[in-house]
Amino acid sequence: MSDTSLRAWLLSDTPTSRRQAGWGRLYRLWCDLRTNPLAMAGLITIILLIVAALAAPLLAAYSPDAQDLSNHLAAPNAAHWLGTDELGRDILARLLWGGRITLGMVVAVVVLVAPVGLVVGCAAGYIGGLPDRILMRVTDVFLAFPRLILALAFVAAITPGITSAIIAIALTAWPPYARIARAETLAIRNSDFIAATRLAGASRTRIILVHIIPLSLGSLIVRVSLDMSSIILTAAALGFLGMGAQPPSPEWGAMVASARRFIVNAWWVPMMPAIAIFVASLAFNLLGDGLRDVLDPKQRS
Amino acid sequence: MKVEIANLSIAFPSPRGPSLAVRGVSLTVGSEKLGIVGESGSGKSLTARSLLKLLPPEARVRADRLAFDGIDILQATERQMRSIRGKRAGLIMQDPKFSLNPVMTAGEQIAESWRLHRKTSKREAREAALDLLAQVQIRDPARVADAYPHELSGGMGQRVMIAMMMAPDPELLIADEPTSALDATVQAEILRLMEDLVSRRGMSLILISHDLPLVSHFCDRVVVMYAGRVVEELNAAGLARAEHPYTRGLLACLPTLSHPQARLTTLTRDPAWMDGSN
Amino acid sequence: MNGRLRTLAATAASVLITIFGLTVVTFFIGRVMPIDPIVAILGDHAPPDVVARVRIELGLNQPLWYQYWIFFRNLIHLDLGRSVMTTHPVLQDIGRYFPATFELATAAMIVATLIGVPLGVLAAVRQGTRTDHIVRIVSLAGSSIPVFMLAMLSLVVFYAALGWLPGTGQVSVVYDGIVPRITGMLVIDAAITSHWNTFYNALLHLVQPALVLAYFSMAYITRMTRGFMLDALRGEYITTARAKGLSASTIIWRHAFGNIWVQLITVLALTYAGLLEGAVVTETVFSWPGLGQYLTNSLLNADMNAVLGATMVIGIIYVFLNLLADVLYRMMDPRVR
Repeated sequence: MSDTSLRAWLLSDTPTSRRQAGWGRLYRLWCDLRTNPLAMAGLITIILLIVAALAAPLLAAYSPDAQDLSNHLAAPNAAHWLGTDELGRDILARLLWGGRITLGMVVAVVVLVAPVGLVVGCAAGYIGGLPDRILMRVTDVFLAFPRLILALAFVAAITPGITSAIIAIALTAWPPYARIARAETLAIRNSDFIAATRLAGASRTRIILVHIIPLSLGSLIVRVSLDMSSIILTAAALGFLGMGAQPPSPEWGAMVASARRFIVNAWWVPMMPAIAIFVASLAFNLLGDGLRDVLDPKQRS
Repeated sequence: MKVEIANLSIAFPSPRGPSLAVRGVSLTVGSEKLGIVGESGSGKSLTARSLLKLLPPEARVRADRLAFDGIDILQATERQMRSIRGKRAGLIMQDPKFSLNPVMTAGEQIAESWRLHRKTSKREAREAALDLLAQVQIRDPARVADAYPHELSGGMGQRVMIAMMMAPDPELLIADEPTSALDATVQAEILRLMEDLVSRRGMSLILISHDLPLVSHFCDRVVVMYAGRVVEELNAAGLARAEHPYTRGLLACLPTLSHPQARLTTLTRDPAWMDGSN
Repeated sequence: MNGRLRTLAATAASVLITIFGLTVVTFFIGRVMPIDPIVAILGDHAPPDVVARVRIELGLNQPLWYQYWIFFRNLIHLDLGRSVMTTHPVLQDIGRYFPATFELATAAMIVATLIGVPLGVLAAVRQGTRTDHIVRIVSLAGSSIPVFMLAMLSLVVFYAALGWLPGTGQVSVVYDGIVPRITGMLVIDAAITSHWNTFYNALLHLVQPALVLAYFSMAYITRMTRGFMLDALRGEYITTARAKGLSASTIIWRHAFGNIWVQLITVLALTYAGLLEGAVVTETVFSWPGLGQYLTNSLLNADMNAVLGATMVIGIIYVFLNLLADVLYRMMDPRVR
């Protein structure tokens, strides 16, 4: 299929199949998103970060753990582009490898949380009654803790480390997802087409899985992309407070923590990983903000 | 006071290029009651609102002439517009539920309008508001003045709206579907009230509606719009002599007791109407 | 009246249920520890009979619900246990550290509101213009920047390089312990007792951590204000206000902002609660003697009573701030009044 006919197929006002309608919708969203330079900057940054993290073994000129005490706290130079840390390790290499940890944690949390929140929220919203009330109470309780503080308490109770950090962040992250899914479900539940489906004899499970969940996905995706930055920041804060990844792991937050005392004499050592956190979190925020504009027409001008 | 509109076009940007909502409308309004009739999307509201420069910011307006009492609206500054809005021309919108500020009492909103163009004390303004509420035939002005919009019925709300727009004593009143959101029983009352106030104060009126017979009942002259164009201009008395098939179609759709029909007529649209060639 | 009483009862019930939930969650966090708490107290080599005795003393041989009941009963008597680190009752510690956090968070809140709200209004009024984009970037950066990065940057620039502001701590050592403790908030206490040198010094110390925290909340306040204002400005009543011939500033502030400030109060309450979170990191970097630092120190020392106590107190404050927002909303908004 040539480019123009593909475009025509995608933009058709009268799609002939469900697949065409679905792809057409996505393509229109993409066209809208493409016009937002901030969102595109975010998207490109995220792609670059992912590629850099995946290609860390190829890109890094040094091992992230190779120490060279004779060359510690070196300022950025030709051999070490971002300088070296207090043990003479190459900061760039550590950042590249650390990207795997940070992005890995984000993905792990989202994979754990989004489906659970979606299914629980949609089910509660559709079924209503007592299960719904209980769910709302439970989310209230979890939302009553500031996220970082609940995560800190969890990690302290288990043992500090990446796995506990992921579990802790996941535990604090699910309630908003469930709430959004529920709110979407309530809006969809009373629409005529759901009534029609029900009259056609569709089971409750089928209605939730086939109709409600797909329609709730849009706002969930926005929430996820906006949440990514919050997850990154929470993970980094946990690392910074010594409750997440433990040194010598090149997790960015932990890197900042262990180099904190050099901030005045060798600012680049703690600042480089901090900048990496900032860039990653900003990129997700930019993308999320752009996606919200595209997916939520009410917010659009 | 005279409103002149010549060859007015209003366009909105869309992904597939600008889409024209009003295409070359020309009309004049003198000291009279003019009705503008058309279905939703015919451009009747936009035409009227362009007189006050109250269009959405993305609207692109072009016209050979758009003037209020000799003032060129297209060239007018925001400051000049403010001396026209309210003071010389009022606007009444469809649903008082949305068009009244929900967190200000009815009295405050009327008094604000009163004080804006006269430098008076708050107490005087409040008394004026009560007086205006009495003029729009509200029996208990003091109670209504202290009520918030959500505590008022639709008819009450629209009376408050009328009182608010009458406060600065404008020369022209634009009423944009003022009764469409109201109960049928209240509609006639509100229209009669408006007509009465307008006649007594010697104001001009532009009444926008989709209800042709209703408008012809209250107005001197009727303009019929379709798809952004004026398709017909009539004297209210000469409704029966309407020539355009769209107008005739609209009239034919109405059931009458004198000629009962088994099945109501529906309007068949001719694509040629869109081009304005009839 | 009856309806209002019923709403009040419903709100009270929901607050109580939430607080009850908070205690349950906190209790279970305390019980998921993979290491046996007795081993944690007595060490690996304690004789078995001692372990058994301590287990009974601590009630750990009882069923879980019974252990929770004991926990809950102690809680009602305001007993959160003792901190291993400070050896004081946890609640007493919290009482001592909380005022400094309150001082910091309140200062941050005032700055964030005074800057964030007008900025949000400005962005909404100029939607789509360059001003709007700049405000958007500034506020997105605020919610993307790690608090510790901002805190360290501020220390490097304003303390180390420029020397404009003092470094860490609540007050310089020379002024330490001069002012009698009244409210626990040093700036206020110094002002009440007319220790003006200390007041000035403490105020300067407050500037950096407060601004760092403020940026973080300002970002959120700005975005929410912008969103609310955009919604309000789209209202039909704004067209009415324009048709009346009102000036732009009256339309923006009296009519549009007049409709959203009640909603904003809810946002401010939530932001304030969020500040408690930011305070944990900020206080750690600035050695600010508040609840956040207490929490971090307890975490690093595995002082679980203190951790859980502080967590629960912060949770309860959060719930009450939400309640406050709700009550204010009901009182202020004529539509729900």
